[in-house]
Amino acid sequence: MRRWTKRWTRVTALVCAGALLAACGAGEERERDPAVEGSTVGITDDTITIGGHFPLTGVAAPGYSEIPSGHQAYYDYVNANGGINGRKIEFVVRDDAYNPTTTSQVTNELVLNEEIFAMVGGLGTPTHGAVVDFLNGEKVPDLFVSSGSLQWGDQPDKSPFTFGWQPDYEIEGKIIGQWVAENLPDAKVALFLQDDDFGRDGEKGVRQFIDGQIVEVQKYQSGNTDVAPQMAALQASGADLVLGFTTPSYTALSQLVSLRLGYQPKWFYSNVGADPALVGSLLARFSEGAVTDGTQLLDGVVTTEYIPGTDVPDDPWMTLWQKVWDEHGGEGELTNYRVFGMSQAYTFVQAMLAAGENPTREGVVAAIEKSGADFQGPALAPFRFSGESHLGISGMQVVEIKGGVGQELTPVLVTDIGDAPIEEDDSAAGDAPPPNGIPEG
Amino acid sequence: MATLADRVLGRTPLRRHLTLALLGLVVVVVVLESTGQFRNAQFAAMAYYGIAAGGLTILIGLNGQISLGHGAFMAIGAYTAALLLRGDEPFALPLVLLAAAGVALAAGALVGVAAARLHGPYLAGATLALAVAVPGIPVYFGEALGGEQGLTVRVPRIPDWFADAVFFVTGQDMSSSRYLAYVGWLCLIVTFVLLANLARSRVGRTWRAVRDHEVAAELAGIDLGRARVLAFVVSATCAGLAGGLLALSARIAAPSGFTLTLSLLLLSAIVLGGLGSLTGALIGAALLTFLPQLVTGWGQDLGLSDVRAAELAPLIYGLVTVLVVLFAPAGIAGGVLAARRRRAAHHGSPSARTDSEARP
Repeated sequence: MRRWTKRWTRVTALVCAGALLAACGAGEERERDPAVEGSTVGITDDTITIGGHFPLTGVAAPGYSEIPSGHQAYYDYVNANGGINGRKIEFVVRDDAYNPTTTSQVTNELVLNEEIFAMVGGLGTPTHGAVVDFLNGEKVPDLFVSSGSLQWGDQPDKSPFTFGWQPDYEIEGKIIGQWVAENLPDAKVALFLQDDDFGRDGEKGVRQFIDGQIVEVQKYQSGNTDVAPQMAALQASGADLVLGFTTPSYTALSQLVSLRLGYQPKWFYSNVGADPALVGSLLARFSEGAVTDGTQLLDGVVTTEYIPGTDVPDDPWMTLWQKVWDEHGGEGELTNYRVFGMSQAYTFVQAMLAAGENPTREGVVAAIEKSGADFQGPALAPFRFSGESHLGISGMQVVEIKGGVGQELTPVLVTDIGDAPIEEDDSAAGDAPPPNGIPEG
Repeated sequence: MATLADRVLGRTPLRRHLTLALLGLVVVVVVLESTGQFRNAQFAAMAYYGIAAGGLTILIGLNGQISLGHGAFMAIGAYTAALLLRGDEPFALPLVLLAAAGVALAAGALVGVAAARLHGPYLAGATLALAVAVPGIPVYFGEALGGEQGLTVRVPRIPDWFADAVFFVTGQDMSSSRYLAYVGWLCLIVTFVLLANLARSRVGRTWRAVRDHEVAAELAGIDLGRARVLAFVVSATCAGLAGGLLALSARIAAPSGFTLTLSLLLLSAIVLGGLGSLTGALIGAALLTFLPQLVTGWGQDLGLSDVRAAELAPLIYGLVTVLVVLFAPAGIAGGVLAARRRRAAHHGSPSARTDSEARP
């Protein structure tokens, strides 16, 4: 009898608990929120909260971890001068250690927890690739990705909220290819490529012009630091001009290994891997002190530029960045990575001002599509932003490094992906910064 | 004398595990429904870490084999799931997850046969090689597996019946991160019930026998190799399932997501939580998921720069590991259990439970 009662007590308890839980529910009646005209998540009367993911720790951190500090310094400068229409910019940075799984987690945090208005300057092709669909699904503006992959801008109907910023690797390849075809038509050319979008898009551009001149193609996997086999193959091919689509570490490694092999071709590195200061310090570190003046080693190397950098301290933009860094920067010197961050931040402020007094997420996207091509800024060439393209800066100039300083070899060359012709266009290179250093609304 | 726990949970292991699972399910529903989308996404991450750690803790804690390469099995599961979810007509989610677990099972069997012949440092070395080599495979077959950039994963649509059922009970609309958290925790509960039953069954006893004394186990008629391979396969299958869930949550399967660090983190999670205990695996998974974000937040509140705050997380994680190893060598779960037992002994209660076996 007692057992029987006990069992029933238990069943009753379970049923009650179940009923209680079910009572929390709403039953089957279901309503949907009416669609709101434009989202203002992340915007209050006096703040705009934005976020970004960068590798602050791990292998990709040297150099790249300085980009957000450039952003921060410029936002602090804008905030100190009244903000954007009275709103202060709050920039939330999260570390993803260049691991896409972590990028996904920190992006969840930025969008769902910090409730950012927009993602600005998210860095890296595999890392940012993991979150593009999510950001577009949540309708978060994904502005000015720090990577030159084509996928951020060539299909705006697929990811309408994502915009590129720097020149994509394909147009860089085209410009490099044309320069070689015109200036070194007899060179035997070898390519040294990173085995991802970077190398692939670059090769595609180069081959449009000098397909017949290429005698050898070697690729490396990011993370595998032994490039001796590739360098030996380049040497064996007899190539006297090597085009490198490499990151700074691999620029340094390729220089060191070829030095050891006694291989002395002419080198042309893409903009990504040619920062003389960083490559110089990496050379010193990788060679364990054997190479002391790494910058010297890069003398005569040809590369490209699309924004003024630390090698031209007298440029009006550099004067502005130096002032911003002196007033609001953290520890350390003004480096090219910080200049990159500030230049991106400048474009973001411009976009917010273009979106008007009461910006919405949809509004800022529309504003960039409408007037982005006319944004004046540090970039040497205009942006390509429109309803059909979300690709960024449209061109660059070819320079030769002499004593750590880039000497112009060509005027600014402007083009687009595909068969678009390459044209000289200095119109944007003359843009001077506004006197107060903040773009006009 | 029946204790209170026996009365509430039931006396046989199976009934006990099922009751606990049911209770767990209720807790999961309540927690997921009362937290926001971001927490939901974190719980989804905790679920996949928990499943992988649960499998690993069975292998290491119960069978005494070590694996430094479970990240590799997660990668195999993740890539399987990513490949099956491609195309215009992706497979149904349960099928995708089963396949992720299945492919990892096959890989685990292959590796397990080799692993069964190895001991201690040799086994550690072999599995380490696995963790280093497997992320290289998608890079080598870049055309099919996306190379360095990996394969992006589209989260499948939430089935209407599921959204409706949850809405009926809770009155809240289903978001994609909540859906993934539900999927993850359902998988976790099912996995843990199976693992707990396995651990309490004849198979679990043979595993422990092999761990404790090989010669004695062999004399008792246990086939050492078979027991080892089986433990390895079970554990790899869990990792595969966890990998599939990771691909869904992270929306990508890329080589840089499955570096050696992942394997070592899993190992440290179960050491922190308590070797051989499923509760410990859950605690470890919770630490892996929540600690970095919490610590970074504290660092920023203290006014550290972004870079310094980001560097704080691995530092604190390391410190916690050192402290746990020093002061609670049996892990957090083991430490709590030991403390409780000491107190019971102090009070002279005769009913202090003595099983430290895996339970969810």
